[in-house]
Amino acid sequence: MSIRQIAGTLGAIIVFGVALMAIFAPLLVPHDPFAQDLNLRLVPPSFMDGGQPDHFLGTDQLGRDYFSRLIYGARISMLIGVATVITSGLIGITLGMLGGFLGGRADMVVMFIITCRLSIPLILVALAVVSLVGSSLTVVVLTLGLLLWERFAVVTRTTVMQVRTLDYVSAAWAAGCSRTHILLREILPNIVHHLVVVATLEMAIAILLEAALSFLGLGVPPPLPSWGLMISEAKDYMFFSPWVIMVPGISLFILVLGINFLGDALRDFLGATRDA
Amino acid sequence: MSTLLDVQDLRVRFNTAAEAVRGVSVRVETGETHCLVGESGCGKSVSALAVMGLLAKGGIRTADRLEFAGQDISRLSERQMSRLRGDKIAMIFQEPMTSLNPAYTVGSQMAEVRMRHRGGSKREALDRAAALLGRVGITAPGMRLAQYPHQLSGGLRQRVMIAMALMCDPELLIADEPTTALDVTVQAQILRLLMELQRELGLAILLITHDLGIVARMAHRVSVMYAGKVVESATADSLFAAPTHPYTRGLLDCVPIPGKVARGAPLGSIPGTVPRIPLGFQGCGFRDRCAHADASCATIVPQQTRQPGHAYACRLPAGWVAEPVA
Amino acid sequence: MLVFFGRRLLVALLVTLTVLTVSFALTRLSGDLAIAIAGPQATEQDIIIIRKAYGLDRPVVVQFVDWVVSAASGDLGRSYIYHEPVARLIKDRLPVTLTLGLTGLLIAMATAIPIGILAAMREGTLFDRGIMMIAVIGQAMPSFWLGLLLIITFGLKLGWLPISGVDEWDGYVLPGIVLAFAAIPAMMRLTRSGMVDALASDYIRTARAKGLSRASIVLKHALRNAAMPVVAVAAVQLGFMLSGSVVIESVFALHGVGYLGWESISKNDFPVVQAVVLFLAVVYIFLTLMADLLNAFLDPRLRTS
Repeated sequence: MSIRQIAGTLGAIIVFGVALMAIFAPLLVPHDPFAQDLNLRLVPPSFMDGGQPDHFLGTDQLGRDYFSRLIYGARISMLIGVATVITSGLIGITLGMLGGFLGGRADMVVMFIITCRLSIPLILVALAVVSLVGSSLTVVVLTLGLLLWERFAVVTRTTVMQVRTLDYVSAAWAAGCSRTHILLREILPNIVHHLVVVATLEMAIAILLEAALSFLGLGVPPPLPSWGLMISEAKDYMFFSPWVIMVPGISLFILVLGINFLGDALRDFLGATRDA
Repeated sequence: MSTLLDVQDLRVRFNTAAEAVRGVSVRVETGETHCLVGESGCGKSVSALAVMGLLAKGGIRTADRLEFAGQDISRLSERQMSRLRGDKIAMIFQEPMTSLNPAYTVGSQMAEVRMRHRGGSKREALDRAAALLGRVGITAPGMRLAQYPHQLSGGLRQRVMIAMALMCDPELLIADEPTTALDVTVQAQILRLLMELQRELGLAILLITHDLGIVARMAHRVSVMYAGKVVESATADSLFAAPTHPYTRGLLDCVPIPGKVARGAPLGSIPGTVPRIPLGFQGCGFRDRCAHADASCATIVPQQTRQPGHAYACRLPAGWVAEPVA
Repeated sequence: MLVFFGRRLLVALLVTLTVLTVSFALTRLSGDLAIAIAGPQATEQDIIIIRKAYGLDRPVVVQFVDWVVSAASGDLGRSYIYHEPVARLIKDRLPVTLTLGLTGLLIAMATAIPIGILAAMREGTLFDRGIMMIAVIGQAMPSFWLGLLLIITFGLKLGWLPISGVDEWDGYVLPGIVLAFAAIPAMMRLTRSGMVDALASDYIRTARAKGLSRASIVLKHALRNAAMPVVAVAAVQLGFMLSGSVVIESVFALHGVGYLGWESISKNDFPVVQAVVLFLAVVYIFLTLMADLLNAFLDPRLRTS
């Protein structure tokens, strides 16, 4: 196996592993992730000095079991990733198909919308929206979904334009198929492999953004164990107990890396482009 | 006449499975035009690039002899070879549209060759560039120097390439299909220009082409290539008068050549395409497409001489006559 | 060329106007501003007073036109918290953000471009593949987490660099590295793919046939043509860096424009939020416009037609 294949396999294992962790979280956790125990604050992981066998990854500043919170955090990251991709995918693919398929004026409008979206400072606007509407998981998902569609739109538009002129599409026109039929039955199946690759990239970006928003205190509200929020809450203690930011940070890093590896492998496998 | 470029048994491969050039021997004499002719894919361009040391990444070159003006160039380092390229040996290519750098002016691209090999000021180099542009038939050379490649037509760009090749008075010009990408009328102009330049400057030209019409007009000597090997080599007169290798004959039957092919005679064709020859291949590469092949063609290919200076690689005797097709 | 520039400018203006509308709508449509400003302890009476005082009782359209007209003349309103003109707040914070952004861009370009070129020259080798793998790994690093790691390592354990504030120039080093880190993978990939294409081109074969030196072939002939997309991306990345500085500035406690935006959001200081969003958008639009012009200048095909 080449390095790339190894990376791809590793990526798939990581992503599916975290997904399983998220789905079966209640069965996996040794402790209630929300239960505080002020007598057991900032206990180091069990493999470090002063650790307790009961708390594999130690406890946080409120004495909550870190391992349990980490597993529940996987739920949030995966949920954010998947839900954002679905929302942004619907918006972006629709816009991209309209622009790429209709061309002309419609395409100019779509390009203009994409340009506007790119000009908006992403993190700041996301922060402002969450702050105004009030922070909750749903609000974060919708905000990210409404902001992260431009790559879907760009890739869909470009690939639709390429596919539109191919012979089998002309044949469908000649056979008298309707526009909707051509768009959904002839074109979409032939660009879907590009979109799958974009989806992995968007999922990684959405997970990182949620973590950044939560880190800044305007993402997922406490006491939910978002990995970004865990880093944020722990950062005041990081000088004396560095592991409090290492544990959620490494988890975030590994998950995003896994998604990127999987995306690259899919790109190689499906022959799609990821850079648009 | 002395030998300017002497290549013996040149071999090139890009991977372990097949050889692109399987032992090419070519001698170019001072001041003559030597045509390397063959179908596309027969290895003629690769041979030229190999001589120049310009093979793409992964290309491996070996040769029994590779001499330019008596100097062994097979063991030159890339740095030493680059001193020779553009100076003593120049090369022009098939694609004038893409062979010039779109980001720099014609003048700057021409001047840098001169400055690299001969030093001197940019002013002097530009003056020479302007003079050469005039020489290759470009009007208002001063203005052209300041222009970018995209502002010139294909024919003009090929003239610029030729003028650029002449910046350091080379002794040998390798021209790889220089007219293939051009309009027919422009083709004729460029060929005429090359002939004039050769006469005037005593330039040796190694002209690579698939077009026998061009060979008939330009060549002093001809080497016919097939599947990575030279199958027949002769003076142009001798070759057209007495083509001997079955492939050469087939090739000549395909094209009407004014004054050489009888009016009204039917044109022939060669069945099949140039095959991929695996490494360690024995015998004649043409045998699968040849009507005259027999069992011996699978093992040995004798080198025969029809007359001094006219060699061919085939088992058939010099005066063989095709049996009439039943 | 002039037509191209004119069209480009028109689009930029339209985009600015749209962003203006969006950033206004953002703060108006998502809730009652007066309640948000007044805070949780406010009485009904307080809210009515605030609504009047800030002109929030006027029709939305009037408020919008008023804001657009003043914004166009450089008046971005007054902060509810600082009681200062927003324009001055931004102006005071701008040097920090700009220095940070440029530091990040400089570090990113100084790293990504040479490595991208080397990877392209050694295309397909272990070095090339290793570099591309590192780029993928780098992309997975959450920037705020990387910032914290650098603070712990270089600021605390080794004590080489300050961990917050920018009293001295070296305060920009760590945040600059974090900011650059996010831009390096994209820039490196682009430099590499541009150089791979350029090095395989016919004009590079010509340059080699002319006997030019390796340095001239790579740095003069290939890089010039590969540079165009990199320039465009560098400008876009600087734009992203400036808006991404929200996160970095809060990690390193740098009081720049991004920090101002974050602070204003947490304190419901909406004139400032509106203005910072608009400001960062305009900077981005300006940068992409500049990138297009620079590309037109670099590419003679665009310049002369």
